[in-house]
Amino acid sequence: MEKAILGKKIGMTQIFMEDGKVVPVTVVEAGPCVVVQKKTVETDGYDAVQVGFEDIKEKHISKPEKGHFDKANTALKKYLREFRLNDCSAYNVGDEIKADVFAQGDKIDVTGTSKGKGFASTIKKYGTHRGPETHGSGYHRRPGSLGACSYPGRVMKGKKLPGHMGVNTVTIQNLDVVKVDAEKNIILIRGAVPGNKGGLVIIRNAVKA
Amino acid sequence: MNDIINALTKDQIRTDLPDLVVGNNVKIYVKVREGARERLQMFEGTIIKVQGSGIAKTFTVRRISYGVGVERTFPVNSPNIDRIEVSRRGKVRRARLFYLRDRVGKSAKVKERI
Repeated sequence: MEKAILGKKIGMTQIFMEDGKVVPVTVVEAGPCVVVQKKTVETDGYDAVQVGFEDIKEKHISKPEKGHFDKANTALKKYLREFRLNDCSAYNVGDEIKADVFAQGDKIDVTGTSKGKGFASTIKKYGTHRGPETHGSGYHRRPGSLGACSYPGRVMKGKKLPGHMGVNTVTIQNLDVVKVDAEKNIILIRGAVPGNKGGLVIIRNAVKA
Repeated sequence: MNDIINALTKDQIRTDLPDLVVGNNVKIYVKVREGARERLQMFEGTIIKVQGSGIAKTFTVRRISYGVGVERTFPVNSPNIDRIEVSRRGKVRRARLFYLRDRVGKSAKVKERI
């Protein structure tokens, strides 16, 4: 069965397994999520469940949004995301999704928004090489040639140039679930996941497992 | 550090070990697994570095073994450490004793604190 949950990245730490090996883990506060809406082929053209995560005060939410939650008769939530699962019939509006949908040893894909790096040039952004530092070079961190001259007479599309870096949606595939604590709504994931602390992450079971 | 992370690691942090002080000579008994069998291996030397905090704290021990300097770094909170015995307390004025690496013989010893 396909599984998915929303969570908040708390930070990284390490834990010792029973055999004494150290495992680096990311702590994610996952759920409890609530199903706010079910989309169906008849009404919306596709099947999906809309899931809300993290409570929010009424003064921080607009009236139309509040109406949407009132219709589902659920608490107000900060984040709303849709999961287009193969089989949505298992979920009904008002159902709670908790961290224990995943278990220790599961393979998961984690989606997050990567950290912003600001306006970055090609060395940082694409890993291009730099010029010599000394010997009168004077050519240090520039992006290099933009292309040939009168033919083609333009810069090719996709030429790697400086610009904004980071704040992209990034998915890391095939991460391991190290531990699940359903009581505290905590999932420990081996390795790093994209984004800042406090950022929203979407955890799904791995598509390539 | 975050409260949730502290709560997660709290029960893994070991409090049964003696204080690890730079300059001290210690005997570390490490659990070694050989197939299904488990035995204790002893490593004795001078603590030259204590690094990190919380669950990630580690310490480095240096000894001269058959004329060759050997350093091992252990995680303090590792369940593989059976016990640690302090065999000698050293008098040092630094937090990192990397100068011992450049010395041989008597000058590579740490003075005993009395």
